[in-house]
Amino acid sequence: MARNLSMKDAINEALDLEMRRDPTVIVMGEDIAGGAGAQGEEDAWGGVLGVTKGLIGKYGANRVMDTPLSESAYIGAAVGAAACGLRPVAELMFLDFMGVCFDQIFNQAAKFKYMFGGKAQTPVVIRGMVGGGFRAAAQHSQMLTPLFTHIPGLKVVCPSNAYDAKGLLIQSIRDNDPVIFCEHKNLYASMADVPAESYTIPFGEAAIPREGKHVTIVAYGLMVHRALEAAETLAKEKIDVEVIDLRTLSPIDLDTIIESVEKTGHLVAVDEANPRCSIAADVIASVTEHAFKALKSAPKAITAPHTPVPFTPVLEDLYIPSAGQIADAVRKQLK
Amino acid sequence: MSDTIKQVVMPKWGLSMKEGKITKWLVSEGATVSVGDELTEVETEKIASAVEATDAGVVRRILGEVDTIYPVKTLLAIIADASVPDSEIDAFLAAYVPPAVEEDEEVVDVYSTVTLPVGEIRYAKYGSGDKTLIFIHGFGGDCDNWLFNTSGLADQFTIYALDLPGHGRSVKGFSDASLSGMADVILSFMDALSIDAANLIGHSMGGAISMKTAIKAPKRVKSVTVFGSAGLGADINIDYINGFIGSDSRREIKPFLEELFFDAGLVSRQMIDDILKYKRLDHVPESLRELADTVFKGGKQSENLVDAFKATGIPMTAIHGADDKIIPASHSEAAKSFAKVEILAGTGHMAQMEKSKEANALIAAQAK
Repeated sequence: MARNLSMKDAINEALDLEMRRDPTVIVMGEDIAGGAGAQGEEDAWGGVLGVTKGLIGKYGANRVMDTPLSESAYIGAAVGAAACGLRPVAELMFLDFMGVCFDQIFNQAAKFKYMFGGKAQTPVVIRGMVGGGFRAAAQHSQMLTPLFTHIPGLKVVCPSNAYDAKGLLIQSIRDNDPVIFCEHKNLYASMADVPAESYTIPFGEAAIPREGKHVTIVAYGLMVHRALEAAETLAKEKIDVEVIDLRTLSPIDLDTIIESVEKTGHLVAVDEANPRCSIAADVIASVTEHAFKALKSAPKAITAPHTPVPFTPVLEDLYIPSAGQIADAVRKQLK
Repeated sequence: MSDTIKQVVMPKWGLSMKEGKITKWLVSEGATVSVGDELTEVETEKIASAVEATDAGVVRRILGEVDTIYPVKTLLAIIADASVPDSEIDAFLAAYVPPAVEEDEEVVDVYSTVTLPVGEIRYAKYGSGDKTLIFIHGFGGDCDNWLFNTSGLADQFTIYALDLPGHGRSVKGFSDASLSGMADVILSFMDALSIDAANLIGHSMGGAISMKTAIKAPKRVKSVTVFGSAGLGADINIDYINGFIGSDSRREIKPFLEELFFDAGLVSRQMIDDILKYKRLDHVPESLRELADTVFKGGKQSENLVDAFKATGIPMTAIHGADDKIIPASHSEAAKSFAKVEILAGTGHMAQMEKSKEANALIAAQAK
């Protein structure tokens, strides 16, 4: 049966179902134990926002490991455990903290398969929060998806809704390569119809939450919702917008993007990341390279500006791309 | 409201429909239409179909614009007799108050589950008439395949539409993946819901299950109405079956789904997405494989039910799209000796969807 579930609960359910199905799946991270079903020292937060709540009560402290406050230590341990046959899901809390465990991820996890002639597998999932709008300041609000996407050997996932989050996380856990799973903190409360059973969504398949024929908007994560909001506004002006939700950034579903641009002739790429070397820039470069003749106007990128995320609420709200900005870009393209 | 001025509104096909998009007007202002004429094409999240005139007259005004999404019940056009003066229509429109949006009023959850020996089965229930209809979908389908029929017949009958094991939101597995095992599921479903006897309506493999249920428990089946039914011959488009099971992306599965319809344009992105969502549930591909290897063993239908069904004497209507690419219409034609047979021109395997009006009339006639 499907229920209306929040994205946070859908992620919890994906972890729960995979831990039940496969005894090699473990979770580790800071404050991830607790919330329900544990006592004493083990009763921590169940994740800083409660995503892993209750798992320790079901699977015990051997499989739900509350780690010391050292990302370099436990991410390294997770990568090593993956190389040795477990399927760890390590929570990095805020993916902004990736800086202190770069080597473990970029130089080790991402390289094993390649450097050991395809004989080594590293089925590790590193999940954590991304994105702004949470009044969490510059060190806890970044959209670092382009950094991860740049590295061969990593798969990068960023769901926009609860249904996709569950299916993509199960796929991530079953995948034999390292996956960076980016959860937008401002989507945790968003609700969707989610089946109770396990299911997967293959990597490299974009969704089309809205079909249209005048302009293609490519987005992912929270920006999908901003794009859909813009599309609603534009529909009243008789502008029929197609919205593509990338879902996975590596691999990326270029076929769906190009097929859409060949129909519409116009492309607006929306990204909450900073503009240089962003996913938006990458999408535009690929479309320009592979489908230049289909374009009737210059593609437009809508991104955050090239600055850290501001703490002051007024500026932070201006910093994140808005539906209004997206709608304006679409109107300009059709002029 | 004026008796002479007839409104054409955005229809509500099925419970989940909240809005629809006009993709094309099939008439223009000034056209004279009869009841049943197709007026406009409307696309919903589930399917595209035509809105038919429920009144005869002249199309005096077209209000709904192409490529625009309207909530259900929105006024789309005005039909009136040629004698009605324009001024009267203008006055009607000036005084027109759009119907209030019925917030959640009709959002009664029609879906329930029941636990049978095979496991949990989901079903939808509509209506409260004296006579009971049970709708049984085909291979790879679910209870929503009947949305146009259940919504069209709910005012006359008590209707149940279930998801067979391995399908929709029901348990993914079988105790017995044969037609006989599936018939047992139908009988245990009837037991669990205290349905003594019912009229069975089946599509494709669900048609064969309906017949098999009648053969196993003739006293509990009042009539059988089947669409593009299995069980009447040996042929089955096994490439479709294998393609449906084996495809895991939109691009792969689309050409197979298009084979289901006479008008391939009816395969919407939403339909493809819904089917992929189902196929991506754990254990679904294995369940479908097991079922296909039993019911369509070696690329042929395993059971011909004609003689055994004929012996029951239970009345049957067999409806078949003339252009069915999954099971040939000749199978139903051959059933003329014991069943009422209707072959519908310009119709594919999903006759109950593609020709829902005719389908509903035939279902009602057989069950009454």
